[in-house]
Amino acid sequence: MIRVIFAEWRKLRRPTLFFGTLGAALFFTGLTTTFLYLMIDSQDGNSDRGRQVGREILNLAGGSVYGFSSVGGLLGIIALCVFAAQTAQEYTYGTLRNLLVRQPGRIRILYGKLAAMKIFALILVLITAIVSISLSYYLSDRAKVTTDLWFTSAGYHAIAQTLLNVTISVIYFGIVGMILGLLLRSPISAISIGVLWLLIIENLLGAVKPTFLKWMPGNQLATIAQGGSSTVSYSHALTLGSLYVFIGAIIATALFTRRDVGN
Amino acid sequence: MTTMAISVKDLSKKYDSGFAVSHANFEVPLGTICGFVGPNGAGKTTTIRMLLGLISPTGGTAEVLGQSIQHPDKYLSQVGAMIEGPAFYPALSGAENLKVLATLGGFPIERVDELIRAVGLEGRGGSKYKTYSLGMKQRLGIAAALLPNPKVLILDEPTNGLDPEGIQEVRDLLKRLASQGTTVFVSSHLLSELELISEYIVMLRKGEVVFAGTMQDLLLEQQPVILVKTEKDTDLQKIIDIAHNDGHQAQIRSGVAHIEGPAEWAGTLNRQAFEAGIILTQLAPQLPNLEETFFEMTGDRS
Repeated sequence: MIRVIFAEWRKLRRPTLFFGTLGAALFFTGLTTTFLYLMIDSQDGNSDRGRQVGREILNLAGGSVYGFSSVGGLLGIIALCVFAAQTAQEYTYGTLRNLLVRQPGRIRILYGKLAAMKIFALILVLITAIVSISLSYYLSDRAKVTTDLWFTSAGYHAIAQTLLNVTISVIYFGIVGMILGLLLRSPISAISIGVLWLLIIENLLGAVKPTFLKWMPGNQLATIAQGGSSTVSYSHALTLGSLYVFIGAIIATALFTRRDVGN
Repeated sequence: MTTMAISVKDLSKKYDSGFAVSHANFEVPLGTICGFVGPNGAGKTTTIRMLLGLISPTGGTAEVLGQSIQHPDKYLSQVGAMIEGPAFYPALSGAENLKVLATLGGFPIERVDELIRAVGLEGRGGSKYKTYSLGMKQRLGIAAALLPNPKVLILDEPTNGLDPEGIQEVRDLLKRLASQGTTVFVSSHLLSELELISEYIVMLRKGEVVFAGTMQDLLLEQQPVILVKTEKDTDLQKIIDIAHNDGHQAQIRSGVAHIEGPAEWAGTLNRQAFEAGIILTQLAPQLPNLEETFFEMTGDRS
């Protein structure tokens, strides 16, 4: 499987993909973190959906990663797009047949690709975390936020916990993208359906009946990144999100291993 | 140890629309070049995909290098293949594309530069695949197939998009590989090329094998042909009638009458045409070739 990981990494490391994805992630991270601090006194809110996050929250030990955890959902969407495109392109380019001739173990191909993309996602998460925390620290003075608790043991614990939650969330979003890529075999279809569902349909359903959000897959994965929310607990989001991803992965694996490669 | 590179027994693939391959039987001995021919949709690519473990057969069995196609992991490390033309990542360079496959297959990365040179892509290995011409893409596909230093090389239309020089290079390459012991199983529409290099031939028609054996046996089975052209196109049908009256199979293809019959009968035909007032502009007895045989056996007159 190591060979599959290295082969996949050759595709993932190409500058347009790697730096393009990183650029998008850093843009959203920078934007979210900057708004959080520079609009701290705005009546229109400084967080997602116009929520107000005050100094009393940012002064806490977990204040340094508040911006980073808020952007977790968007990082997840980016991961979904990358995983979906990298998986579905094997069908559209017809390269899957080459891969399977050189490595006939389909499970090995699938999980090797997934492992390489997880490494890609992990690098993405680590870099955005460093940038977000650094930016938060830089802007804290201007926003009159105290950073005394940020770099205590409780602060480091909060950083580690958020990093773990965001990583789980981003990888789960990525796996959803991979599942869509395997099912639909077209990058455009996989990405558009994935993004449409996560950003539009779930929010519409949530607006019609807020309790729906407690069961929607995208909301569970975004909630994992935030470490829980006022409406969905962390444990509920983690259990249900894991269940969705696990079932989807089983179905996609079964399809990938049994389906004829006809293109 | 097996003497057969490929052995196919009663192999079938059935879709909802019918059989793509129906009860195919053929063998390809080790170290030979075997042509795999058939009209479009005859089932060549489906057969190749089954041999490579990409498609599951619905019936029958096959072996490659003595190993069942149910376990492609046991033989694919010794098989090189290009199926339905080259397929690579457009945003990666030619060399990087080969490195992806070399890494995956566990082959030495140094082999990539060697193969880039061998297929005539020297100096272009670093260019992105999307900038390649059709011929260059084809060459890269052949290089990818050669990565494992294969015992069996399976190529589907390897000369598509190549110029005459490229076609000759591929022909020489395949001959050289066969002389070194590689079995080459190659499908192509360039029948004259296949005739030049193939010792064995497998012919498919509508999913069924209509011939499998040596090229020599195939051609011996066929009648010689006399090609006839007339001054007036309208006289061609009269020539066909004369041939039929004398008990010879005949038909018009591309403005030429093709008459099955021995070379000696050409004189008789010439005399009868003269008596009928038909002026012949060509009267050429011909030994059967693969193209003629292909048309005869597959019924493909296109």
